[in-house]
Amino acid sequence: MAAKKRAPKAPAAPKAAPAKDAPKPALDAVDAATLRKIEGLAKVALRSVEKGDNPALSIRTRALSNVSFNPKRRIIELGDRRQSREFFNTSMAKKFMQTFLVARGCKSLIEEQKTVSIRQMFYLSKHTLRGSQENTFDEQSESDPIIEDLEVGIDALREELHLFANRRGLVVGRLVVNDAGDEIDLSRMGRGGWGIPSICEEKDLKFTRCDAEFILLVEKQAIFHRLNEDRLWEKHKCILMTSEGQAARGARRLLQRMATELKLPIYVLVDNDPWGLYIYSVLKQGSINLAYESMRMAVPNVRFLGMSSVDHKHFTLPKAVEIKLSKDDVARANQMKKYPWFADKKWQKEIDDLLRAGFKMELDGLLTKGISFITEEYIPKKIRDRTYLV
Amino acid sequence: MQPAQASVDSTPASSQLPKKPARRATAESMATKQREISVSEFFTKNRHLLGFDNPAKALLTTVKEAVDNSLDACEEAGILPELLVDIKEVQKDRFRVVIEDNGPGIVKAQMPKIFAKLLYGSKFHRLKQSRGQQGIGISAAGLYAQLTTGKAVTITSKIGKGRPAVQIELRIDTKRNQPDVVSETTVPWDREHGTRVELELVAAYRGGRTGVDAYLEQTVVANPHLGLTYDPPRGERVVYPRASNELPREAQEIKPHPHGVELGMLQMMLSDAEGKTVKEVLAADFSRVSGNVAEKICKDAGVSPKTPAGEVRGDDLDRLYKALGEVKLMAPPASCVVPIGEELLITGLRRRFPDAEFVASSTRPPSVYRGNPFVVEVGLAYGGSMSAEEPADVMRFANRVPLQYQPKACAISESVYDTNWRSYEVAQPKGSLPIGPLAIVVHLASVWVPFTSEAKEAVAHYDDLLREMRLAVQECGRKLGSYLRARERAASDQKRLGIFQRYIPEVAQAIADILAVDAEGVEGAFLRALPNFAKVALVEATEEEEPPRAASMLPPADDGDSARPPPPAKAAPAKAAPAKAAPAKAAPSKPTSNTSKPNQPTKPKKKGRG
Repeated sequence: MAAKKRAPKAPAAPKAAPAKDAPKPALDAVDAATLRKIEGLAKVALRSVEKGDNPALSIRTRALSNVSFNPKRRIIELGDRRQSREFFNTSMAKKFMQTFLVARGCKSLIEEQKTVSIRQMFYLSKHTLRGSQENTFDEQSESDPIIEDLEVGIDALREELHLFANRRGLVVGRLVVNDAGDEIDLSRMGRGGWGIPSICEEKDLKFTRCDAEFILLVEKQAIFHRLNEDRLWEKHKCILMTSEGQAARGARRLLQRMATELKLPIYVLVDNDPWGLYIYSVLKQGSINLAYESMRMAVPNVRFLGMSSVDHKHFTLPKAVEIKLSKDDVARANQMKKYPWFADKKWQKEIDDLLRAGFKMELDGLLTKGISFITEEYIPKKIRDRTYLV
Repeated sequence: MQPAQASVDSTPASSQLPKKPARRATAESMATKQREISVSEFFTKNRHLLGFDNPAKALLTTVKEAVDNSLDACEEAGILPELLVDIKEVQKDRFRVVIEDNGPGIVKAQMPKIFAKLLYGSKFHRLKQSRGQQGIGISAAGLYAQLTTGKAVTITSKIGKGRPAVQIELRIDTKRNQPDVVSETTVPWDREHGTRVELELVAAYRGGRTGVDAYLEQTVVANPHLGLTYDPPRGERVVYPRASNELPREAQEIKPHPHGVELGMLQMMLSDAEGKTVKEVLAADFSRVSGNVAEKICKDAGVSPKTPAGEVRGDDLDRLYKALGEVKLMAPPASCVVPIGEELLITGLRRRFPDAEFVASSTRPPSVYRGNPFVVEVGLAYGGSMSAEEPADVMRFANRVPLQYQPKACAISESVYDTNWRSYEVAQPKGSLPIGPLAIVVHLASVWVPFTSEAKEAVAHYDDLLREMRLAVQECGRKLGSYLRARERAASDQKRLGIFQRYIPEVAQAIADILAVDAEGVEGAFLRALPNFAKVALVEATEEEEPPRAASMLPPADDGDSARPPPPAKAAPAKAAPAKAAPAKAAPSKPTSNTSKPNQPTKPKKKGRG
């Protein structure tokens, strides 16, 4: 490559770039389209700099100020406000450069038909600038937003860029899937459950067979294990999932696909605190940062099973489960009350109940009523009584 | 008073006193002890009034008086001064001081009186700007030398080519205020003309703001036409080659201006004018008073213009004095005041601070306080090897003479303190001097400088003077401010350029890889677009030459002239011109000499790694 010839010592030579004469694997339509998008980005920049203009990338702003709640579709959508990322601007020059480094890395991945994690992409794009001590990237926290910028900038999904984040989330239950050609019966996953892949697109993951009647997603891995050990999914004919905290893209995408393809009701069980409520909220209508992905990830019909502040009374829980709300909790709750997607009366009441009670509760607190209380009484009763919110 | 007495009762104390004291002396017996006090005797007991309070100050005052006299004499004669100051410690606390000039010399008959009679001189009787005034200084130094070491003063003088050099040894008869010539000889001397003063005195050699070294350094700043060789008691010889061949314009002698005259002075002028009328005296002996104006003054005072001058006294005199002070007049002619001048002040500063990054000066137009014309000028030097953490070095001058003592009491210092240096991009803690690599010169030139005391150490706070000083400091400060701001801008332009230059190869390479085209072509396109967004042309100017180096503090090698640094006498004026232009026009381009060149982008700060 030209760069190698011109500056043999320069670390600028792309690590991920394939040798020019290497045979290129045949690309499918999606990959070819993504490549064209990346090339388009570079062409526009080159054309404007050749005219003596300031090359710029137009990227939709990913901030609260540029998202809105679409009440009809019941999801958070990214607005049309764009920011122009210019090269000849001291505060943007570096990000402009970084965007092209990541774009080049993605191009190489597509051409070589490989997939790397976003951390690996950080290393692929990181090197020291020629004649300087400065690095193209210093930390992954710099490259992650650049990747998201690129997704928005060329309107390509992360999967289409051949990138994935660390996988997170587990699933078991009455479902058989085909993952990259392997048939996996999720009712035969033992104690550990099946790790949800980072990428859950139709291309790789297909639902083969399902006799579940509903899906239950719990926030916490420990509760997932409790319910799995009690074989909840067997008894109640369901699919049991955990997001292990805030849901990653893989879990969200899988949940949405199950919702639309299997057409099953989905219940979500989170801690009784503002953070738990927000996990539910992201599953339901999307997040601010990934508002451009809401269409593919949000599940507006997902049902909030608990925990509610009222559960304390309904299930006569002991005082021992109460944890005093911290200042942060109260601040977060009040902040969430203002989000348009929590504007509905029932959500306002739910948050108000929490604030009025002055304490929060963990799902694990239900064990004060017995080790399998959650499996045998709490969940069945809530579903039976339909005391959930949507 | 005895406490016991006070507590007895409240009757007047006098009644409590013991009976009348016995007479101790009569008027006759006292008269035998009453005699004239000679001026010399008076100063023997009051040496502090003349700046001989302590050994360190005595050394400074001695050098200073001799140098001032030499410079005054040279300038009056139209000679470019070339001075030698040689100070040797002959034994502990005892110094031999030699000051030699190339001045016009002194005729033999006058030598004893000039150097060994207090209050004798040519400058006291006239209103003309000069360094010395009273005719006390150098003879007081001789007197001090004689009092502390018992040694006579040796004077050598030659008044022209082919004339003999006369050398005399002088003592002062302190009782009679008369010189005693101890010896008188003719000596060979290779100078065409000049004067050499040699004294031995008890003294102390100190460095710092109040030392001899500081005095000479500052004198060099205010007198670019002076060539000076200095042999300090310790350390090596210091040579300041002449930086300008331009002699200061000769100051015009002026008559007193009515607004500045005092009552006693007026009385004396009138009584001295034998056979003249009041109107004639006013019109003839005062500045800016015409016949018509004189008549108006007389009318305002209710004094007949035809009154014989000597007969105006009492109420008439008071009214005349009042009328003189109130009459509207033109300001006195400014020709009697000689500032250093903006250009030469810069030359002087460059000689003293050869590595200064920026030098500027401002000379105010002449102004007047109490009938005395004066000019204030300010110069400053910034950067170079001066400390950035210390307060600015403030050099005060009155008629080109450095003022080294009592900075706190001086109006000049106040004008520097009062200025808001922060608006000129220089740090300044509240109510104190600016902090930075900065030297500030403030020069007050006037026929009559109002000092706070006879020691001539600080300028008195007259509103008119202070106002002009502030304006001058501000004017010069603004020049510094715009230079520093331009430098800042240039630095940020440079930084800006560096960022783009650093990232262009990366971006170009990435774009080329994505499009599978030649990277050099893409890089070329970016580099061609670069000048549209960053000042690239500016950087080319970094090849500018170094600032002119007018002076050298380097001591020459032992055998004199051959190893002397190149005498910039001829080169200096030519170099002074660009130096003057610097504050106004060249300022923005100057600082680039410190910044890196285009192919050496500024180093970015290394970011911490997580």
